[in-house]
Formats: sequence, C-alpha cells, structure tokens
Amino acid sequence: MHELGVVFYVIRDVKAVAEENDVTRVDCVTLEIGEVSGVVHELLRDAWKWAVKKESLMADAELEIETIPAVTFCEDCKRDYPTVEYGKTCPHCGSNHTFLVQGNEFIIKDMQVE
Amino acid sequence: MGDVRVIEVKQSVFAENDRRADALRAELKAHGTFLLNLMSSPGSGKTTTLAATFKALRGRLNMAVMEADIDSDVDARAMDELGVRAIQLHTGGMCHLDADMTAQGLRGLEALATPDAPIDLAILENVGNLVCPAEFDTGASANAMILSVPEGDDKALKYPLMFEVCDVVLINKIDVLPYFDFNLERCRERILMRNPHAKIFPICAKTGEGIEPWADWLVASVRAWQA
Repeated sequence: MHELGVVFYVIRDVKAVAEENDVTRVDCVTLEIGEVSGVVHELLRDAWKWAVKKESLMADAELEIETIPAVTFCEDCKRDYPTVEYGKTCPHCGSNHTFLVQGNEFIIKDMQVE
Repeated sequence: MGDVRVIEVKQSVFAENDRRADALRAELKAHGTFLLNLMSSPGSGKTTTLAATFKALRGRLNMAVMEADIDSDVDARAMDELGVRAIQLHTGGMCHLDADMTAQGLRGLEALATPDAPIDLAILENVGNLVCPAEFDTGASANAMILSVPEGDDKALKYPLMFEVCDVVLINKIDVLPYFDFNLERCRERILMRNPHAKIFPICAKTGEGIEPWADWLVASVRAWQA
C-alpha cells in the first residue's frame, strides 16, 4: 500500500549512491524484496515508472525485483519452515513460539550505471 | 554512451529512516518528551479516544497532539479547551508518516510550547491504516493502536506487523460488544500470539469506561521516560 512511498526512498538512496560514484546515468536498479514484506510488485513497478520520469539521472531506469523467500524459525523445536505456507504455527511441532528469520526485507541490491 | 558498470549497494531502504528515527528518539529523550505513535483503521474512534485520554490526563501531564491527516475532524479549538496544543501534519498524500515528517511536526509543536510548560506527552495521530504506518519507525517512544469492536476480533491475524510493533492495543467501543460477534478473550489471545508483551486495555472512549488504567499507563510511561 505504500509502494509510491518506498519508491521515493529508493530514488533518494540511488541518487545518493550515484553522486558518490560520479554516475551520469542509472540504467537499472535491482531490489531484493521479502516474500512477506507486503509490497505489491505490480504497484511498485507502476509507481517506479511514474516517479523515475521526474529524475533526469534515471528517467529510463529499469526496475528488477528479486524475491527473498520468507522463512520462520521455531524456538521450541529449533527448526525452520516456509512462512507463507504455515504462517505463525510450526508445522513440525505445532508451537506458536516462532519468529520470522527472513522475508520482510526491502533492499537495494545493486544498480547498473554509466 | 559511457561505460556501463554495476555498483553493489546492499542497503535496506528503511535503514535511513531507522537512523533518523533513532536520532529523533534520542532528541525527545533529552527534551523529556514522550512521543506516542497512535495508529488504527479509519473509524476506530481515534479522535474520541484522544479526547477522553486528554480529559483523564488534564492537570497531570502537559500534552500536545499532531494530526497526520489533512481533513481531520479534530477541532483544534476543542483540543485547546482540553488544554492540548494541536498541529496539523501534511503527509503529502502518503499513506504513512516517517521520522522526517514527525520531526517537522515536533518542531512545530516546540514553537507552541513555552519554557514553563514543556511537552510531557506528544501524541502522533498517524494515518488511518493498519498496513503502512507499521512499516515506518516514526521515532516514537512507544507505539499504540486502537482496534474497535465492529472491526472484528481477527484483526491480529490479518495485520500481523501492526500488532507486532505495538506496545499497547486499546480495544475500543466495548459498549457495543453484545451486538457484535466479537470475543474479547479470543481477541486477546490473538494479539498476544503476535506480541506476548502487548499491553491490552479494553475501553469505551464514549463513556470513559476503562480509560483510567490506560491514562495511568501513560503517566507511568512518561515518568519512566523522563527519569
């Protein structure tokens, strides 16, 4: 729901990195997004297309998205399992003493520049 | 065309906001101002709850409120009558507030404060939404949310992150419990499943029922923050 907001954050960070590295043009930005981060990829792409047009440094920049699978760890049986399939309850032992190990990320992985 | 190269960034998009939020929290601590980030769905009774809370705390704490939505129905004059300074924050169409927007609001509040009446408790009324505000650290000392009875007792199942980040859950509109299929115990269990440390206060902002324990919690939290 906050896709446009995070796109603005990404652009801000990309511009900062570009400045440090004497970049004249950003061609592509790759994001790593957790499976349960709540970000809708289609909305993110739409927001991206709209927002980058306003930036001369990255007006045509492509957006690549890589997904980080969500994994939850069970504190009782010390095993992990896929979050999307089983949610909060451990499928191995039925415990609710579980926490998300990965899957909530929103990371700028790299950027292809000139 | 220049040389094409790839720059490794490996940076969380939330990292910068988190840094700014931590800096704001430190600044608030130094000022002795406890900032409560209040979140909820639209229509959960935030404004009524704020009014009831301010009434209960009148004379005990110096308070201020920041309204995050542009067309808020909170009347600043009504807040004034309760001894509360209010300012409006503009989110620029965003679905949430971040640490920078909060810091701007606080600077606005400080301009309203006087040296003999520093702000003990500032409440940030976040945008009505159970998804986005949970993702962004505003720099608050504590997070609270209001869940109202008509919304259903399954909200903690549907919006996990919101319940994980909240220190306090106010279950509002308990006066209408008999008319809804809302099980208070089941709701409590579901909240605690998401967040075993959550403090849960069933309240009715309209009648004032349950407001006192919540107000006491606020006073204790503010004093601990200022200690």
